[in-house]
Amino acid sequence: MAKELKLMKGNEAIAEAAIRSGCDGYFGYPITPQSEVMEYLMLEKPWEKTGMVVLQAESETSSINMVYGGAGAGKKVMTSSSSPGISLMQEGLTYLAGAELPCLVVNVVRGGPGLGTIQPSQADYFQATKGGGHGDYQLYVLAPASVQEMYDFVFDAWDIAFKYRNPVMILSDGAIGQVMEKLYVGDYVPRWTNEQIHKNAPWATFGKLVSRDHNIITSLELDSAKQELHNQKLQAKYREMEKNEVRFEEINCEDAEYIFVAYGSSARIAQKAIQLGREKGLKVGLLRPITLFPFPTVRLAELSKKVKGMLSVEMSAGQMVMDIRLAAGNNCRVEHYGRFGGMIPTPHEVLEAMESKIINA
Amino acid sequence: MTEEIIIAGFGGQGVLSMGKILAYSGAMQDKEVSWMPSYGPEMRGGTANVSVIISDERISSPIISQFDTAIILNQQSLDKFEHSVKPGGVLLYDPNGITKPPTRKDINIYKVAATEKSAELGMAKVFNMIVLGAFLKVKPVVTEEFIEKGLFKSLPERHHKLIPENLKAVQTGKELVETVHTI
Repeated sequence: MAKELKLMKGNEAIAEAAIRSGCDGYFGYPITPQSEVMEYLMLEKPWEKTGMVVLQAESETSSINMVYGGAGAGKKVMTSSSSPGISLMQEGLTYLAGAELPCLVVNVVRGGPGLGTIQPSQADYFQATKGGGHGDYQLYVLAPASVQEMYDFVFDAWDIAFKYRNPVMILSDGAIGQVMEKLYVGDYVPRWTNEQIHKNAPWATFGKLVSRDHNIITSLELDSAKQELHNQKLQAKYREMEKNEVRFEEINCEDAEYIFVAYGSSARIAQKAIQLGREKGLKVGLLRPITLFPFPTVRLAELSKKVKGMLSVEMSAGQMVMDIRLAAGNNCRVEHYGRFGGMIPTPHEVLEAMESKIINA
Repeated sequence: MTEEIIIAGFGGQGVLSMGKILAYSGAMQDKEVSWMPSYGPEMRGGTANVSVIISDERISSPIISQFDTAIILNQQSLDKFEHSVKPGGVLLYDPNGITKPPTRKDINIYKVAATEKSAELGMAKVFNMIVLGAFLKVKPVVTEEFIEKGLFKSLPERHHKLIPENLKAVQTGKELVETVHTI
């Protein structure tokens, strides 16, 4: 595959990836710090090149329901927003999960609660991984830590979404959205033809074929027994994801006595903290969850038996740390260090926290 | 080689675009680069800053708090970033509007009167390229050949006719930079 070098913001990489991955439709509403996604799409005019629809909806509530409609027809559709906008989409997300519709939702997280601030944050971890909307459901959640991953994960999102008939979320943050880095882009993947949709999404409502019964897209089932069966089917699907689709990266873990656990831009900061720590002779490493659901619980449990302590670094008051504690049990000390409300920790601060909360505690 | 740089000044001075040209030039020269703006409710006349990293290795964090070089274009930014320069690092500033010059003795300090020079030459638009030239004289992290390539890549095509003027401004900056204090 031909690889072309570009220099782009994370948000622009999402948009470029949408066009190149054969996305059929983007529906969104502007909000800082992710507005460049739609801005870039509007400038690129993909409707002239690939036929992809780009539409500014009247609100986030509309965007997510347009996604529901497009996904129901077996199309590759997506939206993006930032925290307050994603909160508005929660009803739509639980309906999409209930109706088993594949789609991509990008959250470029900013500081909350409420309207909060426009600076980076990771305080939407619970919302992304523990529901957000009502009912027992899970999104497949990818956490990019670079502009390249912002791009690559859009392609991965379509694969997972259609494999499991499930909404996928890319949980990014203002820093990864705004930073400009080198990006290698690949060839254009053509949008699916009607025949390909019939083959890849036989459940979709693209018109009734004489060869089969009606396809129905709904999240409503008034018979409780049937609704329980549906729930069991969803749960079985989530267990399959836990078995097959966990992704993480380990850096300097081979000889590590202490490890940072961090995702997204916090993982980049932790990498710098590792350099600083190693210069001081501290054996520190990093486990970076790439999927937040499914979470790398099994690997963390293994590591918790080998290391002396783990520090969760998040731009939140401590959310992912709960999942790390569940994985580690009483095997090792697990603490949290975070800044929030749009403040970003420095690598020095993060290393100091490792020393004071874990190594010298 | 890893060079961690902060460029800070008023919005409208071309702080972000100077960083972008530097990042593009580094990328053209096969370096790893990152460009992280202070995006906020900024506006013309407000403050703006961008951190740029140019490195031979994979960049760990694009978010940094201590810098090898600070390029400072107003007093507020000098107050904010003088103490964020690593010991032995470089502080380059434009003396225009500076009432309290830098005082640190453990860093190398240079100045470039780019505001004055660009006004004198009637080249206010390439003010930031004069500053960039001054920086490249002190720290030649990218060569001139790649600055030209970076300009071609980062400027929209309709502005390509302005590239010779930009390169001339880089040259002017290289000649204009003065040493204030070295360690």
